[in-house]
Amino acid sequence: MTEIVSIATRPGRSATSEMVRRLPEFLMIWVPLLLSAAHLISFSIWTIWISFTPSTLIPVSGWVGLHNYNSVLASRNWQIAFDNLLLFGIAFVLLSLTTGLLLAILLDQRIRGENVLRTIFLYPLAVSFVVTGTVWSWLLNPGIGIEKLAHDLGWTSFHFDWLVNRDMAIWTIVIAAIWQSSGFAMALFLAGLRSVDSDIIKAAQIDGAGPIRTYWRVILPTLWPITVTVIVVQLQFAISAFDLVRALTNGGPGIATQLPALVVYDLMFQRSQLGRGAAAAVLMLLILLAVLLPYAAWRYVRQRRAAHA
Amino acid sequence: MRDRSFAPSRALIYLIVTLFAAAYLAPLVVVVLNSLRTNEEIAQSSMIGWPQHWAFGNYAMAWSGFCVAETCAGIRPYMLNSALITIPATIFSTLLGAVAGYAVSLWRFRGDNWIYGIVTLGLFLPQQMRLLPWTIVLRDIGLINTLSGLVLIHTIQGLSFTVLFCRNYYVAIPHELIRAARIDGAGFFRIFWRIILPLSAPILIVTVIWQFTHIWNEFLYGVTFTTGQQQPVTAALIALSTPVADIPKQGVQSAAVIIAALPTLLIYLFGGRYFVRGLTAGAVK
Repeated sequence: MTEIVSIATRPGRSATSEMVRRLPEFLMIWVPLLLSAAHLISFSIWTIWISFTPSTLIPVSGWVGLHNYNSVLASRNWQIAFDNLLLFGIAFVLLSLTTGLLLAILLDQRIRGENVLRTIFLYPLAVSFVVTGTVWSWLLNPGIGIEKLAHDLGWTSFHFDWLVNRDMAIWTIVIAAIWQSSGFAMALFLAGLRSVDSDIIKAAQIDGAGPIRTYWRVILPTLWPITVTVIVVQLQFAISAFDLVRALTNGGPGIATQLPALVVYDLMFQRSQLGRGAAAAVLMLLILLAVLLPYAAWRYVRQRRAAHA
Repeated sequence: MRDRSFAPSRALIYLIVTLFAAAYLAPLVVVVLNSLRTNEEIAQSSMIGWPQHWAFGNYAMAWSGFCVAETCAGIRPYMLNSALITIPATIFSTLLGAVAGYAVSLWRFRGDNWIYGIVTLGLFLPQQMRLLPWTIVLRDIGLINTLSGLVLIHTIQGLSFTVLFCRNYYVAIPHELIRAARIDGAGFFRIFWRIILPLSAPILIVTVIWQFTHIWNEFLYGVTFTTGQQQPVTAALIALSTPVADIPKQGVQSAAVIIAALPTLLIYLFGGRYFVRGLTAGAVK
């Protein structure tokens, strides 16, 4: 019925009524997409602009050049945050990669209960970083957590006070972050292992390669594109890590576990230094771009090669 | 490796995976046990232990009794806030994302690739770059410190993910199907309703699970744009863990943590396959 009507009315329609008729679809397509795109672009420019102004409590116009950047970069807060980010980023990515890869290889051995194990390794990803941070702050707190348990059990010389130890506190964040997200690396690696061509594996075995050699020489090399993706995603998380640190150490003891995202929040909303906070946010973006741009270039080259092959 | 040549070392494999599984489960087990121990009992020993007296009352206390900051209504109001933020924002961002994903993949229009490319940049732009502008915008439109403000933010920001998910799913639908429907006179919405939507169940489940989990677990916007009674549960948990006095309350706190984590954990347990698909889809971008 409706088909007949729509065909019958079609020829007599003027350009204006056609536009009116198509207005709802036009709005449905463009309004959400434009809102999303416009907020991304304008908010980025806005924050960059604020970073060049003398804004403190409220955004004001004016131009102070790189002054905000210089004072952020010169602050001890940022320097500690940046050093922590380097350590945290590298340690977390390496350890969660190796943990994820090990778990994936083990799960790929046709073991019983694979589904249950996979569910266990992945469930932390469904939990918020706030919950993860809170729970680990209990476990790692020497007064009530693992150290206290060991003491209660009679092992009085046991020491595990990283949470309150300035030099080691950053490692508590590494531990909690690995617990939360190594399952992600495992899931991607497992998918990669499952897609390795079984003919290659058979060929290697016929050539007399043992299982370890087969993995090292034949299977693992096929996983490196996945490895790059996992590294980039995990680094992206590390660079913007906020909730986890806020819940676990809140940057402490002192400012020993400060990270860039905490510095941004502190400057913007606790010290009312909007200009400097915006500058710190832009610095975070630059760190992120230092990771993402090479990755984008690498993907572009790979796609071109794949297209030519 | 799918052969059994590892046979002698299989026991070792099982030993290692069991140890890892225990390590991954331990924090959950510890918190569940603590949520059933009295505060005094925890204070006397440690956070790790078997309940001497089962304290089921912790849950009632956590739900509606204890004090967060100055109000003593438990985490119920904050759970409600989280639900009132998460459910509408998930529905809006998924529906709008599905329509937009369909438009850029199958309907095609001038500038579609450009706008799609810009929208997906949202996957990478750190929240910190949007904090100040959102603060100003929310204040100007009168939505600061409201749940609607957070719904708006999560809907717009979620679009980057939902459009990506749906677009990547819809590109696999043959264009001939759409072309044939258009020749028959079907319009944009009719094709979406009659052809696209019935094919969309898997991707809509993935998208809903992804959005729900992310919005429920979100903390930074919640703590920045709302205060006091308007905060989502993640922000309330942080407020709760700030010690008010020396009164031990880890038993009740553990119960609160379990309650706050339960919605996303249940979704994960029942929709695990779709959850993982969202993870990998989000990663391969």
